[in-house]
Amino acid sequence: MKAPQHTLALDKVTFSYGKGGVFSRKTPPRVLHEVSLKVESGKTTGLVGESGSGKSTIAKLMLGLVEPTGGQVLLDGKPLNALSRLDRAKTLQMVFQDPYSSLNPRVTIEDILISPLRTHGIGDRASRAKSARDMMDAVGLVPAFATRYPRELSGGQRQRVAIARALMLQPKVMICDEPTSALDVSVQSQILNLLLSLQRDFGLGYLFISHNLAVVQHISDDVVVLKSGDIVERGTAQDVYFAPTHPYTRQLIGATLAPP
Amino acid sequence: METVHVNPSRAEKLLDVQGLNIDIHVGRGPDARIKKVVRDVDFSVEAGKTLCIVGESGCGKSLTALSILGLLPPVAERRVSKLRFAGEDMATLNHAGLTKLRGGRIAMIFQDPMTSLNPVFTVGTQLTDVLRRHKRVSKRDAWDRATFLLERVGITNAQDRLKQYPFELSGGLRQRVMIAMALMCGPELLIADEPTTALDVTVQAELLDLLKDIQREFKLGMVFISHDLGLVSRIADDVIVMYAGDIVESGPAQTVLRNPQHPYTELLLRCVPRPGSTPAKSALPSIAGAVPSLDVAIQGCAFYDRCPAREDACRKDLALTGAGLHRYRCIKPGALRDIEVAA
Repeated sequence: MKAPQHTLALDKVTFSYGKGGVFSRKTPPRVLHEVSLKVESGKTTGLVGESGSGKSTIAKLMLGLVEPTGGQVLLDGKPLNALSRLDRAKTLQMVFQDPYSSLNPRVTIEDILISPLRTHGIGDRASRAKSARDMMDAVGLVPAFATRYPRELSGGQRQRVAIARALMLQPKVMICDEPTSALDVSVQSQILNLLLSLQRDFGLGYLFISHNLAVVQHISDDVVVLKSGDIVERGTAQDVYFAPTHPYTRQLIGATLAPP
Repeated sequence: METVHVNPSRAEKLLDVQGLNIDIHVGRGPDARIKKVVRDVDFSVEAGKTLCIVGESGCGKSLTALSILGLLPPVAERRVSKLRFAGEDMATLNHAGLTKLRGGRIAMIFQDPMTSLNPVFTVGTQLTDVLRRHKRVSKRDAWDRATFLLERVGITNAQDRLKQYPFELSGGLRQRVMIAMALMCGPELLIADEPTTALDVTVQAELLDLLKDIQREFKLGMVFISHDLGLVSRIADDVIVMYAGDIVESGPAQTVLRNPQHPYTELLLRCVPRPGSTPAKSALPSIAGAVPSLDVAIQGCAFYDRCPAREDACRKDLALTGAGLHRYRCIKPGALRDIEVAA
């Protein structure tokens, strides 16, 4: 399948929270410092780093939820903030870490999946319901789940719902923030397989944020290592994992626990 | 069931649990049911050794750990044929007896340090309270021990940290405080329920090394609950693998992890991506199907529905078998070793 190519890129983005106020002597600490990275259709960019390194801030910037202090966020070469909030949502979507808190407990799975379409005024009642069923099929949820509530589903099934919801508007790029770290290992492998096959089918680009380097190495084409707001290493997944050059990358790899 | 190989030099077990069953009572009146969530679990821990209980959500590993200290929720009922700690019978201990042990000779660390620390008291108050509850020591001595232990678990400026509240500390620091608190009374046994899953990999690695050092120093027996096979491989001496309330495999950790006999253990190990040997971006093996509902009693092997090597004979109830310390509940041990399992 030849899908049109899309690129979401951070171009020398600097970011700090807060403005520091008129009378404040200190400039607020920088969360990100001249960070450049990109996500392309059909490719996965892995992003690793410790808590506080700025991973989630990058996710927010890429979704246009916050504006960079310096530099630009570009979608296909054009500034992301030129797009309206609704248009951004059609291009960029997010899958969160915790499928227990990212789904509304009071509505059925079908309603969860339909709500993006309703918000964007896409289709009518019947066609929305059909899209929801098709998407459930695509992510491996049986049709019977349509009328159930999130609490009736297991963690893995909920994460499938979260992924299905993110795909309802047929986005080009998906930001996955630790999508498997709350899941059991056997479920983690199912979700990783699902993400990989969806990428092949729909030509999705992923930003895959995780602190598990073994998982990142497996699912990513390129890997970016972030430390206190600076990119300390980048390269192909193979190179970064097997031939790390920065001591911090080596430290992260050394701390990753693998069974014999 | 006694093991054949008894090592005569082995000291008396620190913790010895035989025939542990946990039932959960669900529903009321005509709908009332009993879920047998843990069935006939045996295990023991020696001083200075680590036993890991491995399994996925809902396999009963956390309930098993909680039941040792009698911390089960009211709907859960424990039946046990033998529960001995340091040679004493714990099964018949009353509330007062258990309270004396908890936090004293047996300490516990939970997964989430934010919910297990009290937000309205300083770290110092909480640490010293534990000690003064169990032992007659002066405030000053308790404070000194708290300072000593905070330093021991790698916290700098211990004196200042003692005056801080939990919200002022990062996740890694809070978990270190939890470890220090667990050590306040000089316990003989430490029960840790996924104490590092909420933390960064580098912090996790540091804390595991720290726990191992402390274990060696104080000859601490540890029961460690985890679903992370990599972590288990790093710290466990012995391991029990649980599935849907049954022990499916148990034995020395490296033997079990390197030479798994039960199909569940084998598949669980294959689900983990291994850089270098798993082709990048390839489909990973996974375990088809879902964990069985415990609403109806399980006949035979709990893994039957999902096992690629199942046959009719697996429906019969089966005891753990095996050679020496490595034991498994399977009539076709090693059946999956040379079989490719579809993703």
